[in-house]
Amino acid sequence: MLTILQNFFSPPRHLIFPIIAIWVGLSLSSRYAPKRGVAGNKLENLALISLLAGLLGGRLGYVADYPQAFLASPLSLLSLNTDLFDAWSAFAFGLIGAIIYLQRSQLPFWHTMDALTPAMSVLAIGIAFAHLASGDAFGAPSTLPWVIEQWGTDRHPSQVYETLTALLIFCLLWKQFSQSEQPGMLFLRFLACTSGLRLFLEAFRGDSALIFNGIRIAQVIAWIVLAFSLLGISRLSRSPKSLQDI
Amino acid sequence: MMQLKRPIIFTIILIMGLLWIFLSANRSGASTGGPLLAPQEGFLAPDFTLQTLDGESITLSGLRGQAIVINFWATWCPPCKAEMPAIQEMQDAFREQGLVILAVNATSQDTYTGIAPFLEDYGLTFPILLDSNGEVGSLYQVRSLPTTIFIGRDGIIQKIVIGGPMPRALLQSRIEELLK
Repeated sequence: MLTILQNFFSPPRHLIFPIIAIWVGLSLSSRYAPKRGVAGNKLENLALISLLAGLLGGRLGYVADYPQAFLASPLSLLSLNTDLFDAWSAFAFGLIGAIIYLQRSQLPFWHTMDALTPAMSVLAIGIAFAHLASGDAFGAPSTLPWVIEQWGTDRHPSQVYETLTALLIFCLLWKQFSQSEQPGMLFLRFLACTSGLRLFLEAFRGDSALIFNGIRIAQVIAWIVLAFSLLGISRLSRSPKSLQDI
Repeated sequence: MMQLKRPIIFTIILIMGLLWIFLSANRSGASTGGPLLAPQEGFLAPDFTLQTLDGESITLSGLRGQAIVINFWATWCPPCKAEMPAIQEMQDAFREQGLVILAVNATSQDTYTGIAPFLEDYGLTFPILLDSNGEVGSLYQVRSLPTTIFIGRDGIIQKIVIGGPMPRALLQSRIEELLK
């Protein structure tokens, strides 16, 4: 089953999963957005602007890293090749684009984040499937009965763990997509579930970036996000108006 | 009652999270495949020996210490043809700095007699290796042509680019990264 998936969707075809996930997720978010007081079309505009800003920023970041290469071949600036992007620059520019649009269109921050939660949870599933198809985000070597053979070694099926947990989070939050509660609660729950499970599952990954003493940097970031989201949930539960909209 | 308990539960979760971070730390210090052989970024490039068109044998491990670009190609493949001039330019520009380009012809899917005229047409001077039975292609799990593999001086695969033609800037930037 896994081999069939990997044969059909070997890179770069695996990118079809996140693309489909963005499309399905945004449709879902637009459907539920009015219940959160956010217009569906504004949500789509927000996604489009952050996507375009991310694409532009990702390319500019890559150009800044390798200016000589682009000076020698300026037309490469317009290339559609996805390898000519810097992921961190894309993220930063996408975020800046989203913040500017949020402010200019006066969208309430926490309402909007809640409205975007269905899209984020579908995207998490899409990314997990892409990892499953490409073999990225592979597991640490293991001798457990459910290991998969990958790159010449028996490994934890970390991509399967990732897919199952993303599906689990989506199912857990599914009913809450249409419920109206305190602004921010749905998004913070999604953040807490995602970061908590990442903190746990990162231990079974074989490709973690390490900092001192073998500590995995993704776990540290996940812990900080978890702490932030639990604090937010705690404050919201005590005083529903404690998270003021930006 | 639940509201009173919640901060305690959250604090316990965060303490357990911290403990898990320390308990699951990777003391071996290996963040990826490291010395394992696999056709994947972060792993040691699988070794092979192939003959060139001139009958010379080239072994990948024998080139350790140099930055290597392996390009899988065939004469009938249009994107392979399109990126060959840029690859030749890179060979000319970076050979002195320790760049080695190995163009592995998928000979099992190609016409042997067409290779020499192809080299002449495109003025290629880097070694052309003949993968006569497709063994190296399957060792590197090449699923489409062209596929280009960038290998650092330590023998670790830094980047795999599937499909083409590669933009010239991508080729140059990846080579600059290899030579750093």
